[in-house]
Amino acid sequence: MATFKDFRNDVKPNWCPGCGDFSVQAALQRAAANVGLEPENLAVISGIGCSGRISGYIHSYGFHGIHGRALPIAQGVKMANRDLTVIASGGDGDGFAIGMAHTVHAIRRNIDITYIVMDNQIYGLTKGQTSPRSAAGFKTKSTPAGSIEQAISPMELALTAGATFVAQSFSTDLKDLTALIEAGIKHKGFSLINVFSPCVTYNKVNTYDWFKENLTKLSDVEGYDPHNREMAMQTLMKYNGLVTGLIYQNTEQKSYQELVHGYSETPLSKADLKLDQSYFDKLVAEFM
Amino acid sequence: MINQLSWKVGGQQGEGIESTGEIFAIALNRLGYYLYGYRHFSSRIKGGHTNNKIRVSTTQVRSIADDLDILVAFDQETIDFNYKELHSKGVILADAKFNPKKPEDTEASLYAVPFTEIATQLGTSLMKNMVAIGATAALLDLDIQVFEEVVKEIFGKKGDQVVAKNMEAIKAGFDNMSANLSGVRTMQLAKADGKKRMFMIGNDAIALGALAGGCRFMAAYPITPASEIMEYLIKKLPALGGTVIQTEDEIAAATMAIGANYAGVRTLTASAGPGLSLKMEAIGLSGMTETPLVIVDTQRGGPSTGLPTKQEQSDLMAMIYGTHGEIPKIVMAPSTVEEAFYDTAEAFNLAEEYQVPVIVLSDLQLSLGKQTVEPLNFDKVEIRRGKLITDELPELEGKAYFKRYEVTEDGISPRVLPGMKNGIHHVTGVEHAETGKPSELAENRKAQMDKRMRKIQNIRFNTPVHKNVKHEEADVLFVGFNSTRGVIEEAMERLEKDGLKVNHAHIRLIHPFPTDEVLPLVQSAKKVVVVENNATGQLANILKMNVGHANKIVNHLKYDGNPFLPHEVYSKCKELF
Repeated sequence: MATFKDFRNDVKPNWCPGCGDFSVQAALQRAAANVGLEPENLAVISGIGCSGRISGYIHSYGFHGIHGRALPIAQGVKMANRDLTVIASGGDGDGFAIGMAHTVHAIRRNIDITYIVMDNQIYGLTKGQTSPRSAAGFKTKSTPAGSIEQAISPMELALTAGATFVAQSFSTDLKDLTALIEAGIKHKGFSLINVFSPCVTYNKVNTYDWFKENLTKLSDVEGYDPHNREMAMQTLMKYNGLVTGLIYQNTEQKSYQELVHGYSETPLSKADLKLDQSYFDKLVAEFM
Repeated sequence: MINQLSWKVGGQQGEGIESTGEIFAIALNRLGYYLYGYRHFSSRIKGGHTNNKIRVSTTQVRSIADDLDILVAFDQETIDFNYKELHSKGVILADAKFNPKKPEDTEASLYAVPFTEIATQLGTSLMKNMVAIGATAALLDLDIQVFEEVVKEIFGKKGDQVVAKNMEAIKAGFDNMSANLSGVRTMQLAKADGKKRMFMIGNDAIALGALAGGCRFMAAYPITPASEIMEYLIKKLPALGGTVIQTEDEIAAATMAIGANYAGVRTLTASAGPGLSLKMEAIGLSGMTETPLVIVDTQRGGPSTGLPTKQEQSDLMAMIYGTHGEIPKIVMAPSTVEEAFYDTAEAFNLAEEYQVPVIVLSDLQLSLGKQTVEPLNFDKVEIRRGKLITDELPELEGKAYFKRYEVTEDGISPRVLPGMKNGIHHVTGVEHAETGKPSELAENRKAQMDKRMRKIQNIRFNTPVHKNVKHEEADVLFVGFNSTRGVIEEAMERLEKDGLKVNHAHIRLIHPFPTDEVLPLVQSAKKVVVVENNATGQLANILKMNVGHANKIVNHLKYDGNPFLPHEVYSKCKELF
């Protein structure tokens, strides 16, 4: 059986020292091993940005696509081979700006994949511009007078879009994060995990210390029930979205694969590509 | 006795004009006639003039006719909009209800038939279309029994009584017209061969070709004139274990298709110009990551939203050169429904063999024009997956990656699918080394770029040009692509009768351009007339770039939204000599 070391490769990440993404990489490697995967059965599909490089830093199949499109690529991979474990990953710009439409629709489609967003509230790779997760007033190279747009609330948004698994974590909480990724992988349906992953170079506001001060663990909230959607929404609003842990899970909703009519039980990638002559003749006769 | 008939039915959109044409056409197709249809419609659900022009012939036809024998009109607008197409002996059959008026400048005759009144008497005015079919049948001296089977198929679900009522309406229309036939010029159609042939639109053939070619998944977003492809496949794929996902947009459709192709399923996406514009970045990703991808572009009037329901062939340059940077790509352009079937099936082979995006170009007339199709030969459809490895792989040392982008002589690298042991590698749109790991080294960049571009240098493609070459030296060489083949063939026939020597090359593989096949034909022609539905002569420019001889090349362009008529191509050529 593979251990987390088997999911390491020999590529040195080009992330800055201290970047939160290192922990996400480690958590993903551990979670993959913990759920019993072999490297060849994992496909990591990533977007563009610092965090998008993660697919190249895991010893598994990896596809580094185009900006904002990790989710549709990942859904295509899963539809083609339902036996693969598919993780989509990218940053907050990737998932909540250029790729927002895909995020919302992947949530409501509920294909059985896990989406890990590394949320640093800034555009890092392009060297410091505002992100849809930047708070109002946040000063960046593209908002020198402070952002005058409101930040997106991805967890609330996911709940309203009909998400069946919504979680949030902080990159330094390696143990919690690993457990959430495992739960996400095991969840039958689409799982969204937003990870606060501080950018140590361009974000001087949302720092490790800032998160430590402002985050509340849901396990510390008395009576919190992650199966209660209304409570999830209220709690998110109460804490301004700054909570970590499993926010909401619906275990009753069937995944897309379970609902789609006629969908092959075995991976579609193994289907026989040649039609029978008699079947073809039948199709032809319908046009006569 | 006539061997050919040109018939048109028109009225307001949403009035059943489409089904009137459909019932008439299917019945005649079953009698063994060859049909070719063109739908004039607008981008709205109800209202606005719509018509369905159908050519009926005892021999194969591949274009609409220049003129019209019979015009069935449900409103005055239909008469006013279309009467000029009627020849002097043509007939207008109009609903008496709107008190039809014949324009002064036509010699055609007008007969007011109480379509609506008869239908209403039989129970519902909705059946006025059936009455019109009956009246047409009387004019053509057709036995109305030919419609019974079709009516049963269409209305059978609604019960026997509805079927019977509709047949009654056809009969009433027939009887009414027959009783008033004295003095009317009837047009008795020569008997057809009675053979059963398929009757389908190009989009049906594309979808059927995809199924035959092993496509088991489609990701698409609805758009005119491509939606029929996804609508057909969602009906058929579940029986084969696959499905169609209607995505949130065209970008998702293309990238989802890339993901599924990467993971080993032959996946299709299809759209029209606006959708293709959105897919461009994804096409570059497919080219750069060497992930097979088959995309159908059913061209319509552009730019922007343009003329969404009208004929045009103006995406050519965008399909060849679209996407930033440089990638190997294949662009095919079938010109008939039969070719649309074979080429779509073959596109999946080429996409996997060369590991490139393949664009199957169609146009609105080919995609939506319904026509009689000669039997398709399923034996001609092959499944070839190129350098896809399915056997066990040797163990990799340590954390080494499989060389997915190995530099090879033909540029094509071995390919493995995710899930395969010892095949782990990385895929990225960033320039990469043989293992897929990012690399910006100048030497690597050149090696990988050369390798990619090398792949399609020696592409194997059956019949890259449809040639009709009767003369070693020709006065005129016609060149076209997609649906203009039929009009060119007809113009050619007439020009030959006039004594001109005419050759014809219809380009089926647009890119890489089949220069070797086309150059000798250009060299041996006095003039090269390039017939295309766009304003800038895109195919002519491609021709000039690849074969030269710019001084011989004459543009024949039409970009008013309508397909060419045979006489337009004929007269353009006559002007030259």
